[in-house]
Amino acid sequence: MAREVPAGTADLVADLVAAIGADRVAAGGGARHLYARDSSIIEGGHSGPVCFPGSTDQVADCVRVAVAHGRDFVPRGAGTGLSGGAVPCNDPVVIATTRMNQIHEVDVERRIAWVGPGVVNLDLTRHLAGTGLHFAPDPSSQQASTIGGNLANNSGGPHCLAYGVTSAHVAAVEVVLSDASTVVLGEEVGDAVGYDLRGAFVGGEGTLGVATRIAVRLTPDPPVVMTLLLDFKSIVDAAEAVTGIIAAGIVPAALEIMDQKVVHAVEKFVSAGYPLDAGAVLIVELDGLPAGVAREVEIVKRVGADNGVGTVRVAADNAERELIWKGRKNAFGAIAHIAPRYYLHDTVVPRTRLAEVIEQVNAAAERHDLIVMNVFHAGDGNLHPLLMFDPREPGTLERVHAAGEEIVRIAIEAGGVLSGEHGIGLEKRRFMSLLFSPDDLAAQRALRDAFDPLGRANPLKVFPTGASCGDVAGLTEVPEGVWV
Amino acid sequence: MNSMEDFRAEVGSSGPVCVKGGGTRWSLGGEANTTARVVHAPDGIDSHDPAEMTVAVWAGTTLMTLAEVLAEKRQEVVLDGPPGSTVGGSLSVGWNSIRRQRIGTARDSLLQAECVGADGRIFKAGGPTVKNASGYELCRLLVGSLGTLALTGRVILRTRPLPECSLWLRGAMSPVEVERSCYRPSSILWDGSNSHVCLEGYGADVESEAEGLAEHGMVEVAGPPDLPPDRDRWSGDLPQGAVLDVATGVVHRHGSTVAPEVDPAVKAIARRLKTNFDPQGRLNPGRDPYQISA
Ligand SMILES: Cc1cc2nc3c(=O)[nH]c(=O)nc-3n(C[C@H](O)[C@H](O)[C@@H](O)COP(=O)(O)OP(=O)(O)OC[C@H]3O[C@@H](n4cnc5c(N)ncnc54)[C@H](O)[C@@H]3O)c2cc1C
Ligand SMILES: Cc1cc2nc3c(=O)[nH]c(=O)nc-3n(C[C@H](O)[C@H](O)[C@H](O)COP(=O)(O)OP(=O)(O)OC[C@H]3O[C@@H](n4cnc5c(N)ncnc54)[C@H](O)[C@@H]3O)c2cc1C
Repeated sequence: MAREVPAGTADLVADLVAAIGADRVAAGGGARHLYARDSSIIEGGHSGPVCFPGSTDQVADCVRVAVAHGRDFVPRGAGTGLSGGAVPCNDPVVIATTRMNQIHEVDVERRIAWVGPGVVNLDLTRHLAGTGLHFAPDPSSQQASTIGGNLANNSGGPHCLAYGVTSAHVAAVEVVLSDASTVVLGEEVGDAVGYDLRGAFVGGEGTLGVATRIAVRLTPDPPVVMTLLLDFKSIVDAAEAVTGIIAAGIVPAALEIMDQKVVHAVEKFVSAGYPLDAGAVLIVELDGLPAGVAREVEIVKRVGADNGVGTVRVAADNAERELIWKGRKNAFGAIAHIAPRYYLHDTVVPRTRLAEVIEQVNAAAERHDLIVMNVFHAGDGNLHPLLMFDPREPGTLERVHAAGEEIVRIAIEAGGVLSGEHGIGLEKRRFMSLLFSPDDLAAQRALRDAFDPLGRANPLKVFPTGASCGDVAGLTEVPEGVWV
Repeated sequence: MNSMEDFRAEVGSSGPVCVKGGGTRWSLGGEANTTARVVHAPDGIDSHDPAEMTVAVWAGTTLMTLAEVLAEKRQEVVLDGPPGSTVGGSLSVGWNSIRRQRIGTARDSLLQAECVGADGRIFKAGGPTVKNASGYELCRLLVGSLGTLALTGRVILRTRPLPECSLWLRGAMSPVEVERSCYRPSSILWDGSNSHVCLEGYGADVESEAEGLAEHGMVEVAGPPDLPPDRDRWSGDLPQGAVLDVATGVVHRHGSTVAPEVDPAVKAIARRLKTNFDPQGRLNPGRDPYQISA
């Protein structure tokens, strides 16, 4: 069904073309359709013209023209976001950073790199090969997601347990604000004086402005890395082992759990050598200096034994290490191969309560007659239950929604939060009031409005507004499955 | 029993008010307006959860009390300061630890804060878990804000395991050479002729790294050098007697320092923040986080 293009669009497009060139503006139905969604379940977005600026000035041009025409603007990286952050509402100008993918400067001595926001996460790491340095945030989407998107969602990844999420690795960021001015937040070394505007901007989900250049901190490669694969009879045992490892006073580089269903899917897909009879597997990575790593391997084995571990496989070399990780990093791809549809959740609970929460989550899925799979960043209590379903079965979507809401409530009741890394976007707006009081939200609003007093930067995201996204709000409730 | 409700009542909803901790950095960022009523945040430790590696603590608690309780479980928080300093004061000042390379930043360690805002209402920033992407990063704004956006009553902080072994060395190696020859030392300070390096971790690793540095003439010393009381940003040269913290670019020196010039565009965002949080300017009047030199 064709939808009418809002009045004034031809003038808007003409002004955008005049400002940044015809080859950088896509206004046809095809482009608008393509950019109407991200990797989340959210449907029903409506994009205005899509711009592909190549410089900070061109981003500022896009913002200026959009605002002059009374339009909002939505920054967009690779569109791998899972909470609808990049889904356009109300025909905004979409500012795609894909052509701002230059690595401007790498300073090995000072361990800083300035990159364009459209640089793909893994491309930076590949570029750094041989320098002894790497970019620590490693979301499972790192082959596709951009550093601008990582910054805007303050993304995590397996190795963020020890090294911190994206915010800890962003020293400074150049930003175009909604008044089309450009400002640099943060400092290459140390902290800027005054309010931590850099820290406030990171995680802003594109609602505070557009990141146009980013100074990221580079982390030295660890001298020794050991990767262990532990298998357990049940996911509860695996979760108890995670709690035990943290309680033993060590901070592993990564602690990832996959349950039996995920293991089976992964094995079919990549043959990582995971044991098929285990109830769950736990990947533990330890890194650092040799004596410490050796000590920690022993601690992990002991905690594993205390929790009924089956076998402990220690990767003998890099190839085996990579194989263990290949399984984990391809988990979503593997699941996409076997499931008609799935809905990936993201909540955090205290890591001391992992086991009981997982039991509750599994019970909730069962109550709603849904299959649930678990693959997650266990070390920081970040759950990712995946609900599998067939949308053609009548009543399924209602059950998926009911179970999803229960999962969020279970996390909050256990002392957890709404999201660990995917952000709020459109997906979790309506749950914000479960976690935050009106006064809490007013304080967040005060932050947002200080960056974007015009309210033009990706509005309708994060806050629980009654406002609908486009004219098909009903459709935002229809999960379409995450195909990755 | 402490409560946010009592703190809120003390702060009230009108008239200038400032919150005092130990008073060890009372004049930082400008003298407090003398007409402002002085209030105090509650003190005490609510709960230390060693297995979760977090601690819930009232902002008026002294760092020393907190450190003692955490040390019983071989843990620590990033905050540091002179005797008498409080959790709230330390967060509000928000400097970096000289051991930042190991222990991280205060901003990364503040997980949740319960505050009283200028309107006399209680709000909560952040959340209790060690990872959180739910809403805006208010906690980061509070750290280093000198109490100009809100007054903090209670916080949840991330804790870290205490290192098994901790060692300081001094010698004529350059900071760059030190960085190249050991893996992520906790601290590197430079006094113009010597590097001072802190190695922390498991005993055997620390020893072998220290042996490597000893081959370059670095010798073990009791601790870090005395840091002069004033602070400045590194701009390329080091005055006599000054010490540079390499990771943070802060120069510890004697003598008055001036606040750096700040881009008016940055100041404009800061002004809007202050106006949005505290339209009447009643919180900590006289203080300006942009009047700090580093
Ligand atoms: C990681 C880190 C490491 C540090 N290391 C050192 C160090 O090595 N040496 C050193 O000298 N200092 C260090 N500092 C700074 C030091 O912690 C502070 O200066 C501290 O001493 C101030 O505590 P106080 O209770 O005396 O604050 P006060 O002097 O009482 O107050 C300082 C400021 O904080 C405000 N404030 C106090 N309580 C609150 C509250 N509850 N809510 C809002 N605002 C409040 C006050 O109004 C005032 O503006 C470090 C700080 C951090 C974060
Ligand atoms: C298979 C798969 C696995 C994933 N694994 C992880 C994981 O392990 N950890 C994790 O944290 N996430 C994960 N994600 C989610 C997603 O990949 C991350 O959120 C990622 O950082 C988004 O980057 P992007 O470039 O795709 O951003 P987009 O989806 O295009 O945008 C995300 C948000 O960032 C904003 N934005 C983008 N660029 C800019 C900019 N330059 N300036 C300002 N705002 C901007 C957008 O407006 C939007 O709100 C996964 C997603 C998939 C599909």
